[in-house]
Amino acid sequence: MENFNYHRPATVNAAVALLKKSKGGSYMAGGHTLLPTMKQGLASPTDIIDLTAIKGFSGITVGKSAVVIKAGTTHMEVATSAAVKKAIPALAELAGKIGGVHVRHKGTIGGSIANSDPAADYPSACLGLGATIVTNKRKIPADAFFTGMFQTALKDGEIITEVSFPIPKKSSHQKFPNPASRYSLVGVFIAQGSDGKVRVAVTGAGPKVYRVPEMEAALSKNFAVSALAGISAKAKGLNSDMHATAEYRAHLIGVLARRAVEAAK
Amino acid sequence: MSDTGIGARVLRKEDKRFITGKGQYTDDINLKDQTYAYFVRSPHAHATIKSINTAKAKKMPGVVDIFTSKEVEEDKIGGLICGWMIHSKDGSGMKAGPHPILASGKVRFVGDQVAVVIAETREQAKAAAQAVVVSYGVLPHNVDAAQAMKTKAQVHDVASDNRVYNWSIGDEAATDAAFKTAAHVTKIDLINNRLIPNAMETRAAIGSYDTGSDHYTLYTTSQNPHVARLVISAFHGLAPEHKLRVIAPDVGGGFGSKIFIYGEEVTCVWASKRIGGRPVKWTADRSEAFLSDAHGRDHVSHAELAMDASGKIVGLKVHTIASMGAYLSTFSSCVPTYLYATLLSGQYKIPNIYAEVDAVYTNTAPVDAYRGAGRPEATYLLERIVETAARELKIDPAEFRRRNFITVFPHQTPVIFMYDAGDYGAALDKALEMSDYKNFPARKAASAKNGKLRGVGFSAYIEACGIAPSAAVGSLGAGVGLWESAEVRVNAVGTVEVLTGSHSHGQGHETTFAQLVSERLGVDINNVAIVHGDTDKVQMGMGTYGSRSGAVGMTAVSKALDKIEAKAKRVAAAVMEASTDDIDFKDGTFTVKGTDTKMAFGEVALASYVGHKFNSSEIEIGLKETSFHDPSNFVFPAGVHICEVEVDQDTGLTKIASYTAVDDFGTIINPMIVEGQVQGGVAQGIGQALLEGAHYDRESGQLLTGSYMDYNMPKAANMPHIENFKLGFTFTKCPSNPLGMKGCGEAGAIAAPPAVINAITHALGVRDIAMPATPLTVWNAMQPMKRAAE
Amino acid sequence: MPAISMKVNGKAVCGDVENRTLLVDFIRTNLGLTGTHVGCDTSQCGACVVHIDGKAVKSCTTFAVACEGADVTTIEGIAKNGKLHPMQQAFHENHGLQCGFCTPGMIMASIDIVKRNGKKVSEDVIRRELSQNICRCTGYHNIVAAVQSAAEKM
Repeated sequence: MENFNYHRPATVNAAVALLKKSKGGSYMAGGHTLLPTMKQGLASPTDIIDLTAIKGFSGITVGKSAVVIKAGTTHMEVATSAAVKKAIPALAELAGKIGGVHVRHKGTIGGSIANSDPAADYPSACLGLGATIVTNKRKIPADAFFTGMFQTALKDGEIITEVSFPIPKKSSHQKFPNPASRYSLVGVFIAQGSDGKVRVAVTGAGPKVYRVPEMEAALSKNFAVSALAGISAKAKGLNSDMHATAEYRAHLIGVLARRAVEAAK
Repeated sequence: MSDTGIGARVLRKEDKRFITGKGQYTDDINLKDQTYAYFVRSPHAHATIKSINTAKAKKMPGVVDIFTSKEVEEDKIGGLICGWMIHSKDGSGMKAGPHPILASGKVRFVGDQVAVVIAETREQAKAAAQAVVVSYGVLPHNVDAAQAMKTKAQVHDVASDNRVYNWSIGDEAATDAAFKTAAHVTKIDLINNRLIPNAMETRAAIGSYDTGSDHYTLYTTSQNPHVARLVISAFHGLAPEHKLRVIAPDVGGGFGSKIFIYGEEVTCVWASKRIGGRPVKWTADRSEAFLSDAHGRDHVSHAELAMDASGKIVGLKVHTIASMGAYLSTFSSCVPTYLYATLLSGQYKIPNIYAEVDAVYTNTAPVDAYRGAGRPEATYLLERIVETAARELKIDPAEFRRRNFITVFPHQTPVIFMYDAGDYGAALDKALEMSDYKNFPARKAASAKNGKLRGVGFSAYIEACGIAPSAAVGSLGAGVGLWESAEVRVNAVGTVEVLTGSHSHGQGHETTFAQLVSERLGVDINNVAIVHGDTDKVQMGMGTYGSRSGAVGMTAVSKALDKIEAKAKRVAAAVMEASTDDIDFKDGTFTVKGTDTKMAFGEVALASYVGHKFNSSEIEIGLKETSFHDPSNFVFPAGVHICEVEVDQDTGLTKIASYTAVDDFGTIINPMIVEGQVQGGVAQGIGQALLEGAHYDRESGQLLTGSYMDYNMPKAANMPHIENFKLGFTFTKCPSNPLGMKGCGEAGAIAAPPAVINAITHALGVRDIAMPATPLTVWNAMQPMKRAAE
Repeated sequence: MPAISMKVNGKAVCGDVENRTLLVDFIRTNLGLTGTHVGCDTSQCGACVVHIDGKAVKSCTTFAVACEGADVTTIEGIAKNGKLHPMQQAFHENHGLQCGFCTPGMIMASIDIVKRNGKKVSEDVIRRELSQNICRCTGYHNIVAAVQSAAEKM
């Protein structure tokens, strides 16, 4: 691993300034994506700007219509939050399925979302719940945030500060993990909004998290497993690797979508 | 039985250091002034080395030196050897290509080591390794065993068709004749998937050369340090044995992969002298371990089983292609031959067997013994074809097996082995009862209600372990004898040190060997120390593999204890002024028969060193005895394992619903430790069946399963719940060693794969499914059925 | 090189490290506490698990500099006054280890599981939460039994 300059700023503004000053710096929260890639020699930032000392960078607020989670909140904090469990149980469950315990103690929601790993879990909750990603500069709707594989709408230096999840009527997250890595081979997040509109988000299957309009339309009319009859996900364009072919992934999307509708609460 | 003797569930003496973080594994050891090695490895599956430019790398910070095959050849360091000569059917010897410790002229698999960088820190060595410029001329490659004899990619000049040998066993004509009389023939094609051992401690070495005494020391992760010393002395020509000390300290698992002598370890020893005597330390990254540890299995087989009209087996024919990888590793050649085809009779009376094995080179990591080594491949083939035959004949698989079991012992199979003792029906009965086989239909119906397909699979395995005797293995081509040594030193205060050539890397010898001593001498188990893993302390030994430490290693201890007892009786007799014949020894006390004159063991030990009370010209002073034990036969543990699976029809995910293992290991020293061996072995077998498989990309020759991201290790949630994992034992005494022991280390890994796969094929109603039966594989297998149903 | 200070096993320690130095290397090399092991290079095996501020984390996926001021506990620090921690005792009594290499990480992870889930932690939860601690020897059977047994005593 290449060496780097290490910074631990106390404010978001200081963090932004440090990144700007660096040659090729990187923010780091839990470090559970960045560090393994650095160990493999796939990333060599000149500077690491550790965000964990920023005051007020973590915490959960549950309001009437939204759950707001600060960017530095760990997966474990979300998974075990009584307030999140009550407001959006599927979100707490999702957080409790990320990585393993040791990862959940360190990994953060902001880090996960900013990385936009095509097999990560949080992006499906953002898209499935229609979340708003708040940065130091602006508010970005989830639909506009995940732009590609490991790519987001974040501009250079922009920092996610919090994520606001509208509280749905009901929702569910279903995950079929990669047998080896435990990332999502396929993950499906389904939510019925307070307006009755349904969103279906899929992770792990394609180059980035995406929505399934046919399923959304059918479930918006009738939120029941039977509404999904006859709708099958297309294999074309889906990922294919030794763990799952595109056909198998397409099949799993259907299975998990049905399970999600059944389990939604 | 004393509470610390044979058969007692004694908690392990070695645990304390491991649970408190005080274990001393090779990487925990640091020598003064040590340097660090990092290897430059081939990114290509097959290529010529046109040039290696180390100039820039040598100038990098901290670099001490960089070596390639040029320096290896300058110093005339011999290549790695394969210690078991196999002859082909036509009488020609196996075709062993050169295997230098650093690749010379050519690389033959992704990960082949090309150069070594020695630097002040590990990071510096790694950074400089990346700066070594190697120019390659890429050659066509082949990673697939089945294609090896057809491909243009010739791995070694000595083997134009990539064939190492074409070996056979059994009577072909008689077997063909038996097939002509058969009422039914079952045929099957199978792949035994390639596995990567993955001991949790990666390989590591510290080579150290003392310029003052011209003496070398190697600390290394070895299952058999004496064999390492012998090979490094005799074949690499580095140092004569008296100038080389090999220490295998705490070793974090082996499973076969740490039996072998690898280039990296030899390089550390050699490089230490080359750089002027500073120690050279190397610890493999896990990524390097995936690429460079010897892999296991990788067979492609076709088999045919012939039955008469009554469902009795009359013949078995097998053809196997076994990948050896790119080089012949230390014991690789014997694995798909004498450790494999000799077991093809299984637990059955099969009058005629013929097997032919083509061992082939491929552009992959070398393949060698991995937990079970040949015996899992034999058991998988036989138990899959037997189960398939039973289904074709519509005979209950338990009944079909029972009908063909060997019931009279000793039994000579047509493939070398003489089975000495066993009761296969007893194990089957017990397994059927423990697994509640008769109520399987009710459980299947319950599963079906939840949308799950339930299946049950059997595996009746036998293994030949305690690998020995020397003369027998010698006649089959082994380059070493397979005996074991022990030295028992009784101290003057009556405490005991046992020096053994066996090596413990998780097996618990410090406890079980002490139990034997406690039983025999009546001494407290805490007054017994087991010394192993250091060639300066233990004179010679063959190490631990092939489930041989009990049957061979402990028998050597037992024989040394016989001598201790005999000597101590003479001392006791002299001190108590009685005839040696009149001395009884029981529970640690020497008694003059028919009197109450007695001496405790400790008193006799003291007397034997004080030497005043007997004539030292008649009885030598001291109490120390040695034994080299060469067994008279292999030992034959056997058992029946029954697995039930539940398959999720929606996803293809298979869960082990229950697992029952009934094993006959003969005498058991410590049931707790033996159960642990079975549980761990079964986990590895379940891993092979459901989770694990080394996958080389045909196009690029790259190892796609090169980390835990893609190579699926068994985890806690893959194993059955505690109440659904049942272990039982049956007992027949092994007649070939005084303790009656058979060996337990590999049974689980041997038995489990066919039990699991038979259960899945039963659940799905299909003839075959490939290992590992991942959700994708199972889902694919279900598609034709679904289409048929629709 | 930056100087760092933290508390390890209750004792104040300090040392000079590079920014890229991983916590596990600081623990093993600078402090000589070699009970914490490295079993992989992709942050997946769990052999390196220690507690930072009471939580189980992978010391191979944490920079030492990021632990300035932290309270770190390793396998060497859980026995108190010569008395084994109930989890250590339970691993011993249930034969929850063979080669011992994964054991330190396994014990540290298991303590964290019981701390969060309580005495009545279910077998399913134990198995699921041990998913990032790999053992090649035991088949996990006796490890799970050890955690259950320790849970009642912790």
